[in-house]
Formats: sequence, C-alpha cells, structure tokens
Amino acid sequence: MTAVRVLAAGLRFHFKSLTHSGFFILTSVFMPMLVATVAFYMFRAGGKPGTLFYAALGAAVYGIWSSTLFGSGGAIQWQRWQGTLELLVSSPTPFVLVMLPLTLATSTIGIYSMVATLVWGRVVFGIPFTLVHPLAFLIAIPATILGLGLLGLLFASTFVLYRHANALSNMLEWPVLLVTGLLVPISRLPGWSHPIGWLLAPSWGVHGLRDAALGGTPWPDIGMTLALGVAYLALGMTFLRYFERAARKQATLALT
Amino acid sequence: MTAFVRIFFVGGLIAYRGLFNWIRPSMYIPTMLIGPIFQILFFTKLGAYAGVENPTFFVVGNAIQASAMSAVFAGTMTIANERPYQTLAPLLATPANRFAVFMGRALPVLASGLVVSAWGFAMSRLLISGFDPPLSSIPAMAVVVLVSVSSCTAFGLTIGSVGLRARDVFMSANVCYYLMWLLCGVNIPLHTLPGWMQQIGKLMPLTHGIAAGREIAAGASLASVSGLVWTELLVGLGWGTLAFGLVSLFEHEGRRRASLESY
Repeated sequence: MTAVRVLAAGLRFHFKSLTHSGFFILTSVFMPMLVATVAFYMFRAGGKPGTLFYAALGAAVYGIWSSTLFGSGGAIQWQRWQGTLELLVSSPTPFVLVMLPLTLATSTIGIYSMVATLVWGRVVFGIPFTLVHPLAFLIAIPATILGLGLLGLLFASTFVLYRHANALSNMLEWPVLLVTGLLVPISRLPGWSHPIGWLLAPSWGVHGLRDAALGGTPWPDIGMTLALGVAYLALGMTFLRYFERAARKQATLALT
Repeated sequence: MTAFVRIFFVGGLIAYRGLFNWIRPSMYIPTMLIGPIFQILFFTKLGAYAGVENPTFFVVGNAIQASAMSAVFAGTMTIANERPYQTLAPLLATPANRFAVFMGRALPVLASGLVVSAWGFAMSRLLISGFDPPLSSIPAMAVVVLVSVSSCTAFGLTIGSVGLRARDVFMSANVCYYLMWLLCGVNIPLHTLPGWMQQIGKLMPLTHGIAAGREIAAGASLASVSGLVWTELLVGLGWGTLAFGLVSLFEHEGRRRASLESY
C-alpha cells in the first residue's frame, strides 16, 4: 500500500512539475510537431501523401520517446545537481519507487505530443483522423506510454554510474528513432538491426497504434509492449540495485 | 592594434575555455560526433522511403547542418552564459574592445563546428552507399563548409546577444536550431515548401551553403557556385552585424538601467 502511495504521489508531483517546464513542453510538443512537419513535406515531395497519418502516429510516439529519454537521462543527473541523490538513496523507501514515477511521468507527458501531433496534422495538413479499432487505439496509448516509461527506468538505472548521462541520452535519440520504425519501416533497414528494434517497446507500441488506427491486429503488439515493460521493470530494478550499490561502494554517487 | 588581436585570439580562447570548462570527451563524443551520424543515417533512410531526392542530398544537408549544434548552442552560450556565471558586469567594466571580446570567442566555436561537419562527411562516405563525391571536390566543399559554419556561428552569436537581455534564451536557441531542419533545405527541397517558408529560409544561415555544397558534391566547381557562397557569406555578415549591434545595445541599456545581471 505504501508503495502504491509513493508511486501515485511521485507521479502526480513529477507530472505537475514537468508540465511547468518550458523545456519539456518544447520537447514533447514542438519537437514531434516539427519532425511530423518535416516528414509530411518529405512524403509530399516524394509523392506519397497516403502515408501522412502513418507518419503522424510515428512522430507522436517519437515525442513520447524523446520526452522519456530526456527524462531518464536527467533523472539521476538532476538529483546530483540538486544534491538530493544521496538523501533519496539513503531513505528507507526503495530507490526504484523514487525513480519509477519520474520516468513514468516523462513518458506520460508524451500524451501532449500525441494530441499536438495529431491535431497539427488534422488542422494544418488535413490528415483525416479515422480509427479502424477505436477501443484498441485507446488501450494502445496507455500501453505505449507505460512501456516507454519502463524503458526509461531501465535507461535511468544504467545511467547511475555514468556522470554524463544527458550526453548519452542525446546520442540515443536518433538510433532508437531509426531502429524502432517510428517513421521508416523496419523492413527498409539492414537485417541485423531488426532484433534490436524487437527489443524496444516503441517498435511494438507504434505498430499497435498503427494497426489500431489503420487496420490490422493491434492486440499482439499491445501485449508485446506490456510484456517488454515487465521485462524492463525487472531488469531496471536489478540494475538499479547493483549500480546503486557500486556507486555507494566507490563513493561516486554524488559526483557530477 | 596589438591589444585588439590579443583579446580577439588569446582572450577568445581563454573565454571559451572558461565558459565551456564542463565539456569532457565523454560528453562531446556522444553528443557532437555520434549523434549527428545517426541523424544523417535517419534522414537518408527517411528520404529513400519517401522517394525524395538521393543520399547525397541528405548527407550534404545534414552534415553541414550538424555544425549548427556547435554554432547555435555554443554561439549562444559564449555570450549569454556571462549572465548566469555573473561575470558580465566585470567583463563590461573593462575598457577592452567589445568586438574583440565577443567575436573572438566565435573562433573556437567555428573550429568545433568544422570538426563536426567534416566528421559527418567522412563517416557518411564510409557508411552510406550512394554518397560518393569526387575527391577533387574536397577543397571546394571545405570552403563552402567554412563559410556556412561561419554564417551559422554569427546566427548563434545573435541569439546569444539576445541572452544579454532575455530571461531564457536557450529555449529560443533550441527552437531556432530545430527549425533549420525545416526552413534551410536540409531535408526538404526548398522549392517544395510554401512561399513564406522559402523566404524565411533564404534569410537563414546554411540555406545557400547547403545548396552550394550539393552542387559541388555533384561535381560542380567552386566558381560555378560562387553566387551561392557569396550570398551565404552576406547572410552571415548580416547576422554578425546584428549580433554585435545587439551586444552594444544591451550593454548600453543594461548600464543605464543597472540591470546587466538581473532577471
């Protein structure tokens, strides 16, 4: 019960706090709209206007990913800068219950990107918003957000030992955008990159959203997104415990 | 004159080292060298899927635009960070020539931008099939990249000079940086954009440089794209003049209102 209370309070606190951050709003609203706009013009210039809704959904999930990645990169770093990391680690609450609400909040902020990108596409580019499986679409959104949030926890847990996690998260934005097929179908990438994409929740999340919106079988993709989320949670908890202990042992916890 | 040169070169380098003392290879390499390679790969793949242009179009556009990460963000920080570091008032209390003080800092930024761009071209040559410019194009391409990065650095300094007054200039720097993807013909042929976007794009740095770079990669000589290169240079001079004008204006206003470092 205490764990649920900590999670709920943390999620509420971080969601409100991030909503007040101009930079987060920029990341989660402006960036996906811009990426979507670039993709729309590219598809139009290439004579493929039929793929615009496909691109809009990809750009929306990119927004969730971008926000999650930035948040997971900053999760440890911000605590270091604020001098609160040691306090949080030494408190009796398991550290994972402190980190999880933050990474979930960063992916939940991505809901702004979803709404902004789809509205932008509808209003500016006239992309019709019709859903083949509306119920599946409504379930695929929280499933994708949860899957990405838990992936953020996994990243954040491995960033404990790395002093420049923000730089690493900057670097990871493009490769994941590429291998998860958010805007370019995975089938157009080299075969060796496919298994990497399969291990990442955004691949299944966007596939589920597209199948729900454009027609197909979204439920297996939604199931895979959630299953990967559970795996990320297990790995994240293990890594967090291991790396936290290693950082305490080496006295590098608060080093910036 | 000796003092001007000393402040411009030595002072610029020292100021850069002071303002960017937090940069480490573990930050620079992932952000400035590895990230842009994936940006180039992503847009090349997206272009192929969208059926628009060829790999050279995307490599040249993105390799030159990658330099903007240094030019825009570092250019902004070289001026704007004096306020949060609380060194602006002592700096402006000196009688040093303002042009030498602020514009000298642009040289290390420019050098970093050139490294990022050259790295982008070199790695693209190794990784992307279909990007195979003639070796003879390298000197001309180097000139185009130098002019483009200079122009973009001047743009970054302009944003930074606004930071002498504005509360949060880094948000603007981010918006400007990312808008370059859309407006400067980096990934979209400029003529396919709406007219008003094309007009804005023509006033932005990089637009003409990227166009010149693409022609050179296709085998054109430097002389044949000289019009584009001169235009890029003029655009950069315009932004540089604006940057220096804004620095002078905000210094004067800051002194008058005693608000140099207040927010």
